[in-house]
Amino acid sequence: MKILLSSFAFIGLLATVLPSILVCFGAIELGTHKTIMAIGMVLWFVTAPFFMRRKDTA
Amino acid sequence: MTEESNPRETESVPAGYVADEFERESVPESRLKGLRSFVGMYAGEHAAGTEFMIGPLFVTHGVTAFDVLVGLLLGNLMAVLSWRFLCAPIAVRIRQTMYYHLERICGIKLVTLYNLANGLMFCFLAGAMVSVSATAVGTYFNMKMPGLNDWFPNSVGWIVAVLAVGAVISIVAAKGYDAVARFANIASPWMVLVFLACGIAALPQLGIRSLADFWPVANDIIWTGMPIEGQSQYTFWHVFCFAWFCNLAMHVGMSDLSIFRYARKASYGYASAAGMYVGHYMAWISAALLYALQLKNNPSDTAVAPGPMAVNIAGLAGAVCVIIAGWTTANPTIYRAGLAFQVLFKKWSRFRVTLVAGSLATFGAIFPALVMKLLDFVALYGLILMPMGTVIFLDYWVLPKLNLKSFFAEAAGIATNWAAGAAWILTLGFCLALFLLAGIEKFFLFIPGWFIAAVLYIVGSMIIQRRTFRETGI
Repeated sequence: MKILLSSFAFIGLLATVLPSILVCFGAIELGTHKTIMAIGMVLWFVTAPFFMRRKDTA
Repeated sequence: MTEESNPRETESVPAGYVADEFERESVPESRLKGLRSFVGMYAGEHAAGTEFMIGPLFVTHGVTAFDVLVGLLLGNLMAVLSWRFLCAPIAVRIRQTMYYHLERICGIKLVTLYNLANGLMFCFLAGAMVSVSATAVGTYFNMKMPGLNDWFPNSVGWIVAVLAVGAVISIVAAKGYDAVARFANIASPWMVLVFLACGIAALPQLGIRSLADFWPVANDIIWTGMPIEGQSQYTFWHVFCFAWFCNLAMHVGMSDLSIFRYARKASYGYASAAGMYVGHYMAWISAALLYALQLKNNPSDTAVAPGPMAVNIAGLAGAVCVIIAGWTTANPTIYRAGLAFQVLFKKWSRFRVTLVAGSLATFGAIFPALVMKLLDFVALYGLILMPMGTVIFLDYWVLPKLNLKSFFAEAAGIATNWAAGAAWILTLGFCLALFLLAGIEKFFLFIPGWFIAAVLYIVGSMIIQRRTFRETGI
């Protein structure tokens, strides 16, 4: 489960940064880039809290 | 405490406030942290909401591409070296919080005054972060953004947005910031990538389609060397010194003794490079690209409003990033301000005192000047707290070589060490005189200021310690 969650989180991060590179090379439009970034954001925040190690405060 | 946990989460609280995490004792060997904790902490902490302001503000002050790219490179290097060679070596030898360390040198009364100054500075810094978040909230309500030269709010919408954001941040901070600190840790890698993505995606919009395009566009469109009307002209040295002293209170000012007391070795000071080159290099440059794009699209739109700038290039993710970047950094800042004030108002609850700090921050955020003049405020913030860092440095390294006692307030049992007090107050007075009478730019004052504080503290210690020795034998 943790592997699955971290894979989705990783895809979320990729979806955050990769579209900008594609925009840079003219492969996608800015509007598409914004949409993919939003999807990446949702993926990251939905999955990351479950696999990122919780901090002890003790 | 896990190896990977964030050292800032166990950061000190001010003197007089009793907490349970080695506030008045040295951190034991078993609780030290690895390098990775420090790298993660610095990388996350310096991708803050205010980064969205600083990069564009350089553009408004007419710096050139060389000034920014090389000035930031070298200035940030000086900051990293300051952490490594001034702050970390003392931290790993004493392993105590900055507040307790200072209390042992200065006495409880003087350190309380320092806390008050620190608390007020924290409030205004948090206010700037509230303003940044408010611009993102306002983007979706067609709010009129404050202008670059506005000192007062220019619309009811701005006041409402600031009050709403400030209220949420203050209440959450007052409830305790653990949950937000955890959320900030989760958001941090994503925010860094949003900064990066914003910069990359802005390149073709600015006309950079190949490596060969970069330098001409950087000089002709992004950093043109021409200040915007009403803004002063900055040079390479302004950028270099700003990058160096942006966190002056933390490295030369020694606030991060509280962080590096958990480090195994002083060389962990180099971990600060993660924050400097991610947050204060890449993020500032990315933010500058967003602002340059805004100016290219509409030269009359000179407002530095991070929300619309980020939305323009990154859509919803950009807006959320601006809100989160402001919120997650304002939250602990308000919390720390509350702790600093609690030393003065001991009978007030933590909730109440943090709400007061949050209200102060929110009130400050209503005035756009706080964020539009952020570079000036940061200069003032570092300068006010810096002399106490000089005192700590000399107290540890120089006083014993002059046969003077370190930690004199503790040794003599006094509430105020006037050698440190005079070094602090007179240095600030001297710097003010240099600024007003000699016309020395505020960004450069900390260099003579450090040496003035050093001389004053040594001479003051000689006088006070010898007189005390004659009178009491201590």
